[in-house]
Amino acid sequence: MNAQDQPMVRIRAVRKRFGPLEVLKGIDLDVPAGEVVCVVGPSGSGKSTLLRCVNRLEGIDSGRIWVNGELMGYAERGGRLHTLRPAELCRQRRGIGMVFQRFHLFPHRTAIENVMEGPVTVLGTPAAQARRQAEELLDRVGLAGRAHHYPAQLSGGQQQRVAIARSLAMRPSLMLFDEPTSALDPELVQEVLAVMRDLAASGMTMMVVTHEMNFAREVGDQLVFMDDGVIVERGDPREVLAAPRHERLRAFLGQVQ
Amino acid sequence: MTREQAAGVELPIEAVRPVRPGRWLGAAAALLFLAWLAYTIIVNENLHWDVIVAYLGDGRILGGLWVTIQLTVLSMAIGLALGVLAAVMQLSDNPVLRGTSALYTWFFRGTPLLVQLIFWFNIGLVFPTFAIGVPFGGPKLIEWQANAVITPFTAALLGLAINEGAYMAEIVRAGIRSVDPGQREAAESLGMSHRQVLRRVVLPQAMRVIIPPTGNQFISMLKTTSMVSVIAGAELLTVAQRIYLGNFEVIAMLVVASIWYVVLTTIASVGQHFIEKRFERGHVRLSSRVRRNLSPLPSKEPLPSKEPLPSKEPS
Repeated sequence: MNAQDQPMVRIRAVRKRFGPLEVLKGIDLDVPAGEVVCVVGPSGSGKSTLLRCVNRLEGIDSGRIWVNGELMGYAERGGRLHTLRPAELCRQRRGIGMVFQRFHLFPHRTAIENVMEGPVTVLGTPAAQARRQAEELLDRVGLAGRAHHYPAQLSGGQQQRVAIARSLAMRPSLMLFDEPTSALDPELVQEVLAVMRDLAASGMTMMVVTHEMNFAREVGDQLVFMDDGVIVERGDPREVLAAPRHERLRAFLGQVQ
Repeated sequence: MTREQAAGVELPIEAVRPVRPGRWLGAAAALLFLAWLAYTIIVNENLHWDVIVAYLGDGRILGGLWVTIQLTVLSMAIGLALGVLAAVMQLSDNPVLRGTSALYTWFFRGTPLLVQLIFWFNIGLVFPTFAIGVPFGGPKLIEWQANAVITPFTAALLGLAINEGAYMAEIVRAGIRSVDPGQREAAESLGMSHRQVLRRVVLPQAMRVIIPPTGNQFISMLKTTSMVSVIAGAELLTVAQRIYLGNFEVIAMLVVASIWYVVLTTIASVGQHFIEKRFERGHVRLSSRVRRNLSPLPSKEPLPSKEPLPSKEPS
């Protein structure tokens, strides 16, 4: 299988439970390289958990997840799975950027220091080089003038754009977005979506958990609707949103729009 | 009222303050009390102010002062290191490490420091020799006599530092737990190792919570070192006691020691203030948040450019 037809993310039969509650009940999903997959669904449907399983912030109980052809969290040797050492897991995570609903910028560092943190600490990039790269990234998310502000001095939309720049600084091949605009005031949502649109246009592979149906319709290559731990419906966002086949998706769309 | 009207008319507030006789009475009473207190102390002949002044700069007193400073700084440094270690152990996934840490804090917080100090000073009664070699009765490489190693100073240091570590463990643990779990997740998603997450992200933020009680512990330690006088630790109080056993100036020597303790704690309080400010970085007070809201709206900034963002080509 060559790089062209190997999906960036391959999820097979993934199950995950928190105590007695099974939140993922057998998920199969492919994210081809360069595509944007939008995951929508009511809260508690397991969409955020699925995203967190991809970069292994959460472990899974059964199934397999491959990113860039690499099995996440395990190595297969002699017909058995071996749990990866922490250092190997860290290496796997480097290539996967993640943007959180509540930004989680490091509050004790300025915007530019936040963006430099990954390359300097994890990759050992020289500080001067990391600074140049961080300046470029901040410029591209429209925040060159705010480089020396602390997160608490930035609006929610600005913080989220810094968070995106921070993830991009690791030069990831996959970006995960966990409800990136849900914690924002309505008038700040567009500036974040604009950055994400640009990113999609640049060919980045993205998994986006979102309630922004317009974004899904305009930017998404694939729409996945999850409910109660299973994927209920999937397909081209424009078709799915125009003519949902399942009653549950119709009910959901009626509520969010 | 509309904005235009508000801009045109000035309505200054020049209100008369209410008379509050209670405040004046309270202040007068407090001043009177302080004046009386100062008077009785200053004119009291039993205090021997001339002796106090003469002994403030006495070589022996200054020597004791230096030992007090050394004991405080070293005990706090070792205690802090032990505390961080015990706190990290307490928060680890390993039940044996958690148990070991819990046992440590349980024991050393459960027994009086005074008892611990006397115990360390007399440890030679339990372990006559210390040795490096194979444990559980195996051969020994180097061996020391306990009585040679355990001076009043080392006993004091052991007692103070190990006891302090048990308290610092709780302070550090509370500090680490105060950091939003999302911070850890964000750092992990960048690919940081556990150590890097702790060092670069969690501990610097935990410091904000850890520093104020640690400052209190430091100030408390300056005074707690006086307990070492029971094992003749040669610190400030021990020296003062030695002097008054010779010249019978009990109160004067205690005043001399107290003056120095107050000087030390005052300096430490000022230092604490500056260190706290240092670790307030990024925690902006309300005034700057208001200023941020008054600064140009984000929409006025250049919109994200249409240049493609850097992305690794799928290989």
